[in-house]
Amino acid sequence: MAIDFTVNGRPVSVKAPAETRLLWVLREELKLTGTRFGCGAGQCGACMVHIDGERMFSCLMPVSEVAGRKVTTIEGLSPGRLNALQRAWIAESVPQCGYCQSGQLMSAAVLLATNPHPTREQIKEHMNAHICRCGTYPRIVRAIERAAKEA
Amino acid sequence: MLTMTRRQFMVGAAGLTFTVLARPVLSLGIDSRKINAWAAIDPDGTVYIVNPSVEMGQGSMTAVPRIVADEMDADWSRVVIVPAAPDDKIYGNPGFRNMMYTAGSATVTGYWDTARMFGAQVRRVMMMNAASTWNVPLAELTTEPGMVVHAASGRKIGYGDIARVVELPAEAPAIKPEELKKPSEYRYIGKDVMRVELPSKVDGSAKYAIDVQLPGMLYGAVLRSAVEGSAPTSIDDGSARAVPGVVRIVRMPFGVGVLAETPWAAFKARDALKVQWDRTARGYGHDSEKAVAVYSAAARDLSKPGKPWDSAGDAIAAMDKAAKIYEAEYACDYTYHAQMEPLNSVASVSASGDACEIWCGTQSQTMAVAAVAKALDIPVEKVKLNLMLLGGGFGRRGHRDEEFIVDSVLLSKEAKRPVKVLWTREDDVRNGRFRPLSVHFLRAGVDADGRIVAWRHRVACDEITAFQDPVRYKGGGEKDFLAMAGSELRTYDIPNRLSEQLPQVTGMRTSSLRGIGFGPNKFATEAFLDEIASMRGIDPIELRLQLLKDTPRGQAVVREVARMSDFHHPRKGRGLGFAFVDYSGTMVAAVAEVSVDKARGEVTVHDFWCVLDCGIAVHPDNVVAQTESSIIYGLGLALTERITFRDGQVQQSNFYDYKVPRMRDIPELHIKLLQTPNKPTGAGQMATPLVAPAIASAVAAATRVRLRHTPYISERVKQALA
Repeated sequence: MAIDFTVNGRPVSVKAPAETRLLWVLREELKLTGTRFGCGAGQCGACMVHIDGERMFSCLMPVSEVAGRKVTTIEGLSPGRLNALQRAWIAESVPQCGYCQSGQLMSAAVLLATNPHPTREQIKEHMNAHICRCGTYPRIVRAIERAAKEA
Repeated sequence: MLTMTRRQFMVGAAGLTFTVLARPVLSLGIDSRKINAWAAIDPDGTVYIVNPSVEMGQGSMTAVPRIVADEMDADWSRVVIVPAAPDDKIYGNPGFRNMMYTAGSATVTGYWDTARMFGAQVRRVMMMNAASTWNVPLAELTTEPGMVVHAASGRKIGYGDIARVVELPAEAPAIKPEELKKPSEYRYIGKDVMRVELPSKVDGSAKYAIDVQLPGMLYGAVLRSAVEGSAPTSIDDGSARAVPGVVRIVRMPFGVGVLAETPWAAFKARDALKVQWDRTARGYGHDSEKAVAVYSAAARDLSKPGKPWDSAGDAIAAMDKAAKIYEAEYACDYTYHAQMEPLNSVASVSASGDACEIWCGTQSQTMAVAAVAKALDIPVEKVKLNLMLLGGGFGRRGHRDEEFIVDSVLLSKEAKRPVKVLWTREDDVRNGRFRPLSVHFLRAGVDADGRIVAWRHRVACDEITAFQDPVRYKGGGEKDFLAMAGSELRTYDIPNRLSEQLPQVTGMRTSSLRGIGFGPNKFATEAFLDEIASMRGIDPIELRLQLLKDTPRGQAVVREVARMSDFHHPRKGRGLGFAFVDYSGTMVAAVAEVSVDKARGEVTVHDFWCVLDCGIAVHPDNVVAQTESSIIYGLGLALTERITFRDGQVQQSNFYDYKVPRMRDIPELHIKLLQTPNKPTGAGQMATPLVAPAIASAVAAATRVRLRHTPYISERVKQALA
C-alpha cells in the first residue's frame, strides 16, 4: 500500500514493503542519491537525514514510520545556494572522498539549529555518531566553528 | 561522440597526442576514447585537460591537471578536467610501471615530468602560431594565463583565438628540461586552490558508482563463499524465490547471485538462501589467533632462509662478528580497508553478450576494463568504462580480478538488463581482502663502538602480491613487494642488511592497504630502533640523526619534529615516542604523546606531531589534509582495528565489531610541511606507518613496557603491563 510523506517540501507517495528502510526509498525510488549507504546498521551516519527536524539514520528507519512526516535530505538542506555550513565545508576543504559528508552536514545542521555556538567538546560529542574513513574530523570541527561564527 | 573536426599530432617518443579543437565541443566524455589527448583548446577559450588518475579523496584529479595547466600557462578558471581513456600506452603512470593505477602515493610524482612536458609543448605551439601570425621572433613572446603576449608591440592573443586558426607543426616541439618553468615562475604549483570536485561533495550531487541508475536496471546481491576458492555444493533457494520482487537466482562460480527489482528485495532474498559449500579450499581451518605462534616460529627459525627482499653487504657474517646482538619480535593483525562506500558496480551487457558498459570506482581503469573483457571473453575495445568518484580506495579497489565489478557484469549478462550489484557492509567485511597477519623477528648487531653494523628483519606473513595481482607478481620476479616494501632501510647508515620474507600460504584473501608493507615493517623497525636506543641508553632522536648522517633532508624533519614537540621535555604522566620513515623519497618524522590507563588497558593519544618533506608540494593544503588523513588511518590500525579468522572465516561484520577512529578518538594534530625545491614525492599515506611505532615508543616511555602487537587492544595492554 502507498505510504505518503513529505521530502524536501514535496509530497510523495511510495509503494514499498513497510519494513523497507527509508534510505533505499530515497535513493533508488526518489533518486535522491546524496543520502549514502555506509553500513545499514546506524553505525556510520552516511545516511543521516532530518525527520521532522531531528536527525535520523535513514538506513534503520522503516519507510512506514515516516508516513505523514517531513523528511529533509542533503538535497533539501539549502536548495539553490550553499548555506553557511556548506560554505564553511568548502572553505576548510573538508571533504576528501566525500562519501560521508552529506550525513556529516545533516548532523552539523541539527547541532547548530539547537545550539548555535557549540563548544569544541559539544561538537565532538555530537559528531561522534559519524565515521569518516578519510579522517576529515579536524576539518569538520573547524568548519562547524567557522559556520557558527559566521551565522 | 565528439562532433567536430580535429587535428592531432604526435608528441614525444611516448606517442602522446594533444588535440586542438577547431570547432566548439558539443559534448565531451560521452565516448572518452575520442579524447586521445592531454589537453584540448576550444576556440571559446575553454581548456580541456586530461586526468589520468582516479579521484578517491586524495586530490590528484586537481593536482595533475594543475601541473599541466601551470606549464602551458592555461587560465585555471577556464579549465575543464576530462577523465583519461583507459589506455596504459598513452596514460600509464611512468612512475608506476606505466600502468593506469592510482595507488602508492605515486600519482603526482609519477606524472610530474610528463605533465609538465605536455603542458610546455602546448604552450610552445601557441607561441609558435602567434609568432607566425604577427611575424615576430618566438623569443620576443611570453605568455600570461590563457594568452600569448608580445610585449614590444603590446599585442595579446588568447589561446582560444589561436585554436581557431592553429597550424600544427609536423613534429612536436622539443622542450629541453631547462626550458620548463623554474619554481619561482610557477603560477599554480605550490598554491592552494579549491579541489575541483568539492562543491559536489557538500550538496549531495557528487556521483559515485552506487548512485548510477539506468532504465530497466535490476539490483544484484551476491552470497560469496566465506573462504576463497570454495563453491556451492547445494543451493536451497525456495525461501529466497518467495521474496516479493525477486527476479532470478543465479548460480555463480564462487557463490550465488540474486537479481531483484529493489535493493531491499535483493538483500532479503540473499539472506534467505540456504547454501552448502565444498570444503576443499585452502583457507578452511585457518585460525588467526593460533597462526601467530606458527608465523613466529617461522620468523625465528634462522636455519631456514627466507625469500630475500633487500640486502646490502653481508648481514649474516657481520652479525656473527658483532660485539652485541639485540633481538625483538613484533606482530600486526589482519586489517580491513573500511572505505566508506561499500563495493558496488553497475554493468550493462549487450543482449548478445559481445559488448559491455560499466560504471564503477576502481583504482585502475585499464585493469577494470581488462577484467570485464576477460569475464565476457570479448576484446577490451568492447568494454566502455564510466569512471566514477570513489568513496574511498585505500588499496581495496586495485586487484587484478576486480571481483566486485565482474559481479555486476556476470549478473547483467544473465539478466540481459543493466544490473547494479551492491555489497552490504557485512559483505564488504566478510568478503574483504586484508592487510595480512605478520610476525617480525629482528636482529641487530652493534660493534664495539655501539654502531649498528648488521641488521636482519624476517617477516612471516600471508602473501599479498601473488593473490592481488598474479600478473605483476610473475612479471616482477615473484617479489611480494606489497608485503615487503618498507623493510629495506636504504636511508639509514647500516652497512650490512638483510630483509627476507617467510611467506605463509594460508588461502586468506589479502590486499594492499594504505601504506602497504611500510605499515607493519616500519612498526617493527622503528619500534626496534627505539628499543635499541633505550637499551644503549642513548636518545632515540640522536640515534636517528646518526643513522641519517648522509640524508640531510631526513635529519631536517627529525630535528624539526623534535623541536615542535619539545621532545626532550618530559611531561608528567605522559610518554613521548618518536618514529621516522623515508617513504619513497618523502621524509616523515612523527612524535606521539600518550597516557596509559593501566587499570583499563587504554592508551590515549593526546597529541601527534608530524613533519613531512615531499619536495615541491603541488597543492600544499592538500598535502596537509592527506597527512591528517594518513595519521588518523594509522591511529585505527595501531589502536583498535583487527580482523580475526576462525576456520578460515572472518569473525567481524560491521563497524560495531570493527572499530575505526571517530571524532572523539582524534588527538590534536600538529603538522608541518618542510617544502624543499626537490621533485615532488608522494603524500597520500606517508604518515600512516609512523603512528603505531610512535605510539608504542610513547607507551614504553610512559610505562617502561613495550607493546609488540598491533592493535593495542585493552587485553594486550593489560597483559603487557601485568
